[in-house]
Amino acid sequence: MADTHTTTHAGLAHHFDDMEQQREAGTLGMWAFLVTEVMFFGGLFLAYILYRARAPVEFAVASNSLNVTMGFINTLVLICSSLTMALAVYFSQTGKRNLIVVFLLLTMGLGLTFLVIKGFEYHEKYVEHHIPVRFATYEFNWEGHASGHEAASIPVDDGKVEMFFWLYFAMTGVHALHMIIGLGILATLVLMARRGRFTPDYHSPVELSGLYWHFVDIVWIFLFPLLYLVGAHLH
Amino acid sequence: MREHIVSRNIYFTIFIALVVLTVATWSVAKMDLGRMNAVVALTIAVIKATLVVLYFMHVRYSSKLTWVFVGAGFFWLAIMVALTLSDYMTRGWLNIAQ
Repeated sequence: MADTHTTTHAGLAHHFDDMEQQREAGTLGMWAFLVTEVMFFGGLFLAYILYRARAPVEFAVASNSLNVTMGFINTLVLICSSLTMALAVYFSQTGKRNLIVVFLLLTMGLGLTFLVIKGFEYHEKYVEHHIPVRFATYEFNWEGHASGHEAASIPVDDGKVEMFFWLYFAMTGVHALHMIIGLGILATLVLMARRGRFTPDYHSPVELSGLYWHFVDIVWIFLFPLLYLVGAHLH
Repeated sequence: MREHIVSRNIYFTIFIALVVLTVATWSVAKMDLGRMNAVVALTIAVIKATLVVLYFMHVRYSSKLTWVFVGAGFFWLAIMVALTLSDYMTRGWLNIAQ
């Protein structure tokens, strides 16, 4: 909607007619990028579907050995971080500079919490020898899995169990990498917000980074049930 | 299209819905429903993702062109999964080299 009395905004790039057009183009560009991300993670999910179809029992038993409580808490942490990110966008739209900073920092804190919990989980897997790699001093070993577990007594093909862990580490690893990148983006936003770079007229960086952050949340929304809950009924 | 500012109440409502659905997905997973477990888990995940896309990501209030971009992404994902599965799941049907 071009105004008749077009006032030039400091944040307006010369190749756009007005702020509206610039914002719209930015949103579309971000979604074009997110579509490539959908395809990227989609490939991993497709691999997961194919291997799970071939090894339903192994996937359930291996999934049962993951720490569901930590996965559940992390799901809640990410949902909270999506809320704080949405509020950061809200305050950028309404021009509350201090609150933008506060909610960006809250989002970063929650993102860090997620990564720390993830780190504890990875460490647990390392100690249990469930990381699907082989070095001179370390190798994947399912045989020694806690025999007190009822689910652990179900006979399985160790190779197929290892495949589950390959997918687990590939999918959560790439997801965690996105979180780390997201933290870097948020840190940049905090600096920009503190310098008063965002106004109700111009806050695309906050808005578009929000889209990225929520997308990473959506990936986890699928990862949690597909990785942690497959064997939850086995006890 | 002027920017639509989503109210904080909507954000809080969506947040509560996401938490409730997360608890629901874990509770249902503990029951043994056979093949239905996967169906329920995916249904809940799709509902949660849709809520995030529509409200947190503002797609509900975005231009039609944005809808086309978002829809195209998930449409191509569906094609990738459907066509690949139609290959893998039917390989045993024909008596030719596997």
